[in-house]
Amino acid sequence: MEPIIEVSQLCKNFNQFTAVDNVNFTVYKGDVFGFLGENGAGKSTTIRMLLTLIEPTSGEIKLFGKSLQKHRKEILHQVGAVIERPDLYKYLSALDNLKLFAKMSGLSLSNNNLLEQLDLVGLADRSESKVKTFSQGMKQRLGIAVALVHNPELIILDEPTNGLDPQGIADIRNLILKLSHERGKTILVSSHLLSEIEIIANRMLIMHKGKKIIEGEVNSLLDPSKTIVKVETSDNNNTFELLKTSLWSDGIKNIDNQIHLNISKKDIPNLNRFLVEHHIDIYMIQPLHSLENYFLNLTKTSVHVEPFAN
Amino acid sequence: MLSLLQIELYKIYRRPRTYIAFTAITAIVLIFQFAFKSDGQSYMNLMLQNVQDNFELDKSKAINGYFMCYIILNTLLVQVPILVALIAGDAISGEANMGTLRLLVTKPYSRTQLLVVKFFASFIFTILLLVWMAILALFLSLLLFGVDDMLIFRVKGEESQILQITQDDIMWRYFAAFGYATIALTVIASLGILLSVYAENSIGPIVATVCIVLFFTIVSNINVPIIDKNIKPWLFTSYLVGWKGFFYIGVNPEGQPIKGSLENWASIRNSLYILLAHIGVFLGMAVYSFQKKDILS
Repeated sequence: MEPIIEVSQLCKNFNQFTAVDNVNFTVYKGDVFGFLGENGAGKSTTIRMLLTLIEPTSGEIKLFGKSLQKHRKEILHQVGAVIERPDLYKYLSALDNLKLFAKMSGLSLSNNNLLEQLDLVGLADRSESKVKTFSQGMKQRLGIAVALVHNPELIILDEPTNGLDPQGIADIRNLILKLSHERGKTILVSSHLLSEIEIIANRMLIMHKGKKIIEGEVNSLLDPSKTIVKVETSDNNNTFELLKTSLWSDGIKNIDNQIHLNISKKDIPNLNRFLVEHHIDIYMIQPLHSLENYFLNLTKTSVHVEPFAN
Repeated sequence: MLSLLQIELYKIYRRPRTYIAFTAITAIVLIFQFAFKSDGQSYMNLMLQNVQDNFELDKSKAINGYFMCYIILNTLLVQVPILVALIAGDAISGEANMGTLRLLVTKPYSRTQLLVVKFFASFIFTILLLVWMAILALFLSLLLFGVDDMLIFRVKGEESQILQITQDDIMWRYFAAFGYATIALTVIASLGILLSVYAENSIGPIVATVCIVLFFTIVSNINVPIIDKNIKPWLFTSYLVGWKGFFYIGVNPEGQPIKGSLENWASIRNSLYILLAHIGVFLGMAVYSFQKKDILS
């Protein structure tokens, strides 16, 4: 699999505040990669660093196998992005906005080509309307058309469904799936809704308070046979180090000096045995249920997440 | 770069705010011309009351197109910086406010390119504003008030002077004056762009630019020796009205004006250097700050 985004040891500090703390992840060609976390988790800061809007404090970002810092211009030619609410030039029409950004990407597209792009996002019939007359959903769709106008290989969408009604959310979701399945685009999409990511993404990453919690295949992470367990022992630090060398090293996290482990339910007795064999006194192995509950616990919300409207 | 500049100019052209400046200039010039057409002699009588005993002047010819343009420029070139600030102060901050800055910065151009293009767009706007002013204040005035020699009223030190420039020696002075004014107003544009880098809404940098210009202008007009020597040379506003130097005609030892001459070219040249240095410093600071800026808007 060809890596499109490779992030290693990425950090961003704003004065004393650490917004992104040593984050590593990889997005492969053709992935719809879900970037999940509650508001303030560090998703947008990470995305802004991927787009050179914010300079990292430390760490490395590679896109298309090249250093973003060294090959910025070359890389950005292949990237389209919608960052939060895409407020375009309100005093211009949808077509003029699209034309302007196409020209900025070095393209001189005919009106027919541009109308095709607008048709893709369902705005062809409003091409001459000024953006100031658009609803939030229409602006969001136009933002996506702008991101796609230069036919980029990688599309980065930061909370694209924020503020949309159920129909708007469904439209954006269908568009993302269409771009992935029919056009083979690699897409990184952030959200604070697990249900949203679950439907559109094949791989995902969860961030919490600037740190990566977990990364992997959506099907595998949301597998009901798997669970997150909290492990408490007489010596959590040593246990953590020991587990890092074990079979379960991929799914281990140290969160506020608590060990969280993503593990198959069948494996819990094996985990218990493993710790005992290593002379560790176990105080507790507590299942935190599914990843969804785990995520909801992290975000401290008990709100039931509605599925997408069709 | 050229296509980026075209895009910037297109955005300026399509923004309703752009036309405030042109409308304001049109209204002020037309009011001036109407007032002088109706009752210009009263103004002339007032200006000449202290010197009419010493000079023999045909007052009916004193109000002509050239004179009108000079009067209008004297007034307008104090106000035009505000109009330039409206566009330049909005250059980066306006994009941040609209949420389009993050889109621009993710395009395959360097931040330096984006900022330099914004600067050139503001520069071209300034030129267009001055061309429009020249059309109305000079050419329309020449049509309405006719052509004749021009009288300049000047206070030099303790004494009042009247300078007379013959009509065949005036036009080049106006072209030079408009050229100088372009440089002077570009200082305001670069200051506006610098301040707009730090803000995320347009009002702040526009108001800040205007306030700085007004404050420095007021200080520049305080005629106290300690300020004259120690402060005024450091204020760019002291050089904004340097265009007038093109109308201070050189005189021979007998006191007769020398056609095609300037009283103090060295002073004008130095003022131009200082203004250009200000543009360089403001623009350099803007580029540096913009490169380091985290786009959080």
